[in-house]
Amino acid sequence: MELLSGGDLLVRSLEAEGVEQIFGYPGGSVLHIYDALYRHKTIEHFLVRHEQAAAHMADGYARVTGEVGVVLATSGPGATNTITGIATAYMDSIPMVILSGQVPGHLVGEDAFQETDMLGVSRPVVKHSFAVKSADEIPEVIKKAFYIANTGRKGPVLIDLPKNVTNPADLFEYKQPGKVVMRSYNPVSRGHSGQIKKAVDEILKAKRPIIYSGGGVVQGDSSELLVKLVEKLGCPITSTLMGLGAYPCGGDQFVGMLGMHGTYEANMAMHHSDVILAVGARFDDRVTNNTAKFCPDATIIHIDIDPASISKTISADIPIVGSVHQVLTDMLVQLEKVKDGIDDEALKSWWGRVKEWQVKDCLKYSVADGEKMKPQQVVETLCKVTNGDAIVTSDVGQHQMFAAQYYKFKRPRQWINSGGLGTMGFGLPSAMGAQVAYPNETVVCVTGEGSIQMNIQELSTCLQYRLPIKIININNQSLGMVKQWQDMQYDKRHSHSYMESLPDFVKLVEAYGHVGMRVDHFSDLEAAMEECFALKDRLVFMDIYVDPNEHVYPMSIAGGAMKDMILSKTERT
Amino acid sequence: MRRIISILMENEPGALSRIVGLFSQRGYNIDTLTVAPTDDETLSRLTLTTSGDERKIEQITKQLNKLIEVAKLVDLSEGAHVERELMLVKLKATGAQRAEIKRTVDIFRGQIIDVTPALYTVQLVGDSSKLDAFVDSVGEASVLEVVRSGVSGIGRGDKMLAL
Repeated sequence: MELLSGGDLLVRSLEAEGVEQIFGYPGGSVLHIYDALYRHKTIEHFLVRHEQAAAHMADGYARVTGEVGVVLATSGPGATNTITGIATAYMDSIPMVILSGQVPGHLVGEDAFQETDMLGVSRPVVKHSFAVKSADEIPEVIKKAFYIANTGRKGPVLIDLPKNVTNPADLFEYKQPGKVVMRSYNPVSRGHSGQIKKAVDEILKAKRPIIYSGGGVVQGDSSELLVKLVEKLGCPITSTLMGLGAYPCGGDQFVGMLGMHGTYEANMAMHHSDVILAVGARFDDRVTNNTAKFCPDATIIHIDIDPASISKTISADIPIVGSVHQVLTDMLVQLEKVKDGIDDEALKSWWGRVKEWQVKDCLKYSVADGEKMKPQQVVETLCKVTNGDAIVTSDVGQHQMFAAQYYKFKRPRQWINSGGLGTMGFGLPSAMGAQVAYPNETVVCVTGEGSIQMNIQELSTCLQYRLPIKIININNQSLGMVKQWQDMQYDKRHSHSYMESLPDFVKLVEAYGHVGMRVDHFSDLEAAMEECFALKDRLVFMDIYVDPNEHVYPMSIAGGAMKDMILSKTERT
Repeated sequence: MRRIISILMENEPGALSRIVGLFSQRGYNIDTLTVAPTDDETLSRLTLTTSGDERKIEQITKQLNKLIEVAKLVDLSEGAHVERELMLVKLKATGAQRAEIKRTVDIFRGQIIDVTPALYTVQLVGDSSKLDAFVDSVGEASVLEVVRSGVSGIGRGDKMLAL
């Protein structure tokens, strides 16, 4: 019989879950675990420079692969540094397991060195958490944690590991745990067939239907089913920020992203629709605007794996609790059975109206002669140079919205951003996680000079592991989104949204051992980007200076309905 | 509207803090809370009272159900049920007041469980409104200390909250 220490049991259990890469930072409470990692060569560990980045790396890894991302941090500050990363994953329902060290059991509660009640601190931002009391619990706890993280509505699960539990002197037998059975956790997968039938009937009766698809389609790997459904129904489809790519942005029926910075046509189509089919989307406040004025004529069909998401902000007329994958599968079968399809005449006239809205060309922007480069031009050029194929991560702010609006995503898991929590500092480490998962793919981080400085130390990690990420720094010398709101709502009083003393990013990235480029003129941009992407095995940081006064449009009018939008500095709906 | 939500949950450390945390995190109120293990020691039964409109209560029950340790729950106030609360109350009982308080305790079917020359300690069981009525009847001036257990409840007839 083979006997293992807690640390070795942990590594063995991770192997059993198929974990190949983990992201972390060592410290006193996890030294036994790090020693076990040193002795087992099966799991590759990536050493970050700040634990927040470890969580975002694991998150990026999870978002591009659909597998659980694993974080390892020591007790106290190591663990608390991961909190923003955990909260980011929680808000976007990303499967993650966080292994946080803890002071030895006999010191817990005594304010020991580097002690924090991590279960308490993390409670509001995890799907679940475990405190391990004895090493022999480890295999089962790990198995349950992965199961909970990656089923139902996915999310982060934290495991608190007191140091004594991983002590190499205490040996235990490794027993492979059986299938997880939890009487109190049984996520629903199959939607109610009666509700699905009702939904199909309602859709077929619709005169002005629209599909509103969200991150659940990406999470549920249901993109192909969605495309089939869209083709079958022939109606317009819009997507949330989190759902971009599930239906190709270049697709004929795609009317663009909806919501606060959604397209005119998407928001108008939502507002004037008579049936909304929400698929894995949660009617978040950045989508609905004023819920009291939300889509007055629409019958709402809401498919969601989380019953609590249904009728939380907007009452669903036909709720369907189930996995998007299973429900769409059943819905397509149901649709095959019906004889009379959708009302073609009505649909044609509905498309007529949608096309009229599209004529407005709401994403057009003007560039006057001699004016500075526009951020939109940067994203459009990026899309052109990468042929729309790159995995794109972003930070948070104007550049995030420009990336969402102007990069034409072709597939799910291609667009990685912090939609729910809006975490600045997410872009670079999540790109690193994506590059670790897919070493041969082109991974781009679209960022700004504000966000990038929130985790810029990770340039060092990128060198250590030779991660050839391309960083597109849309540099407007200000916290653009904050400044935009101050322009619009605070009479241009730019309270602390201006960044003086920016570093020379080119020198900075060179000091980190990478390639830096600076671009000031649009006329140089495409050639510079071509050069950047030709350097396949190097990290290249493009510092691109753009017009600091540009705003993101369209923008919804606060307190209004979805149809109420500001279209430019001079035009409103 | 006042609601009584009764929860069967895993008897594990941390489960209670998750439930209580959920209420504060999402801006819901807990008016009363009572929790103890059941005949099955792996399960605890927690009963809480809260208030809100239909929609809020629906969100509360859905969010509670999402907690991994919550095995099953019921909104007792949705159907016929029995609710009880225990109150221990220390009352000033001197002079003519002493006999009057004794009479009131009898009317409310309470029991005097501790006595001093100047005090009665009374135990009273009933639904929350009965306990309120008792306190009103003896008068605030007589009341020195009140301890209430919070509401416990159970469905009437063959309705049961069990796994």
